[in-house]
Amino acid sequence: MISFNQVNKRYPGGYEALKNVSFDIAEGEMVFVSGHSGAGKSTLLKLVAGIERPNSGSVLVNNQNVGALKGAALPYLRRNLGIIFQDHKLLFDRSVFDNVLLPLQICGFDHRENAKRVRAALDKVGLLKREKANPIALSGGEQQRLCIARAIVNRPSILLADEPTGNLDTEYAHEIMDIFRSFHQVGVTLLISTHDESVLQDGAVRRLALKQGELQ
Amino acid sequence: MIHAFARHLGILRAVLRRMFASRVGGLLNILVIGIALSLPAGMYVLLKNAQGLVEQLSGTPQISLFLALNAQESDIAELHGRLEANEAIANVEFISRDRALEQLKQSTGLADVIGSLEKNPLPDAFIVSPKQAEPQALDALRDELARLPRVEQAQLDSAWAYKLEALLRFGRLAVLILASLLSLALIAVTFNTIRLQILTQRDEIEVSRLIGATDGFIRRPFLYFGALQGLFGGIAAWLIVSASLLLLNRPLGELSQLYASQFVLQPLSPGDSLSLLLFSLYLGWLGAWLSVARHLSRIIPAN
Repeated sequence: MISFNQVNKRYPGGYEALKNVSFDIAEGEMVFVSGHSGAGKSTLLKLVAGIERPNSGSVLVNNQNVGALKGAALPYLRRNLGIIFQDHKLLFDRSVFDNVLLPLQICGFDHRENAKRVRAALDKVGLLKREKANPIALSGGEQQRLCIARAIVNRPSILLADEPTGNLDTEYAHEIMDIFRSFHQVGVTLLISTHDESVLQDGAVRRLALKQGELQ
Repeated sequence: MIHAFARHLGILRAVLRRMFASRVGGLLNILVIGIALSLPAGMYVLLKNAQGLVEQLSGTPQISLFLALNAQESDIAELHGRLEANEAIANVEFISRDRALEQLKQSTGLADVIGSLEKNPLPDAFIVSPKQAEPQALDALRDELARLPRVEQAQLDSAWAYKLEALLRFGRLAVLILASLLSLALIAVTFNTIRLQILTQRDEIEVSRLIGATDGFIRRPFLYFGALQGLFGGIAAWLIVSASLLLLNRPLGELSQLYASQFVLQPLSPGDSLSLLLFSLYLGWLGAWLSVARHLSRIIPAN
């Protein structure tokens, strides 16, 4: 599903974020990327989504070489991905409902189906009762869950989450992890970055440990 | 098909909502565009009316030959013969002095004045329609006819019409320059409006890009906005011009009645109205397109 082959990523200025990284993730796997901040976790996820391109090596997603994709093809790659951003990237000029609606509008799905899908996604993360609220009125944990709802509303086969439990206390963090586990059970491929060791301890999970841009 | 249509309708609705989110701001923009467009459009209408007046009055050029007051009937008959034999002349009409007086009474509303005259001051006249309409040929013919015996004066009826026509040509050029300048202004207004919008909607554009929006999807609302704003500006200009003509027509009617004629300013024809609306719509779209092309990638780099 996702395959890195000798990937190097150097940012302008010479900073090497990833060095010779290779791994394969099979369909339906749930994989954690761990490491301290600055280890290259975010860069790795950005390469999968085509937000950054590798300097050398290949990044394959669904057998498509992301690094070689033309700009016009990128949107269609991203529609198969659900991305949960570290900084949420919620829009505060519209309701919770409309935030989740955005990906469906972008994909141009049928109008009548949309409301149903949005409510289903909100229901999954437990925000159904807050659909009319403005995201700014939500707590940190709720905002994170809203971000998840937006990422899953168009039923992507791959879910990318960048530090989804970053600023949450342990209880909320476990709640979020439970949600991810439920997606894992229905066959979604998940790639989650975290520096939170407590999250990693429960259950046997596959883990890609990054240290200064290299896989350990 | 219906689905795609509904989607575009949805974008239009969202764009309208955004346009009038600040009611005053949206209306002001439209008013500015409307006023800018109404100036050349209004001048165009006035010119077109003047043009119509000129055509109505001049028609085909004619030369009037006024005979000496003491011309005898035999002189007139001889002259008539010579004129009809002239190769350069298409048609000759004789108007006797009595008939001329009668016509003057009927057409100018000066019957009272004329009735009070003791004797007919008008001469006999020939109305000559030349075959050629070029100004030079007309001048030559007039000079030739003026030299005929018993002809007191040969007058080219359309001379003033040519002068007015030249003036109108000047006016049309002025309208064209004005229209070009104000079109640029319209494009600039739209350009800036869209630039500000892109700035305020940065977050939305960025997020949309990250979750799979195509450039077309991101561009579309801005282009619709520009086109709609242009269209509304065009409608405003049309209303301004039409209302002004209505206002002008009443005093003009009173004025022309004083001269016993009926002259009203014709409003913009349906074709011209449509052109105005389409043109303003296009300019708005163009301004938006230029702005989007320039700012979208500068403000939020594509990745």
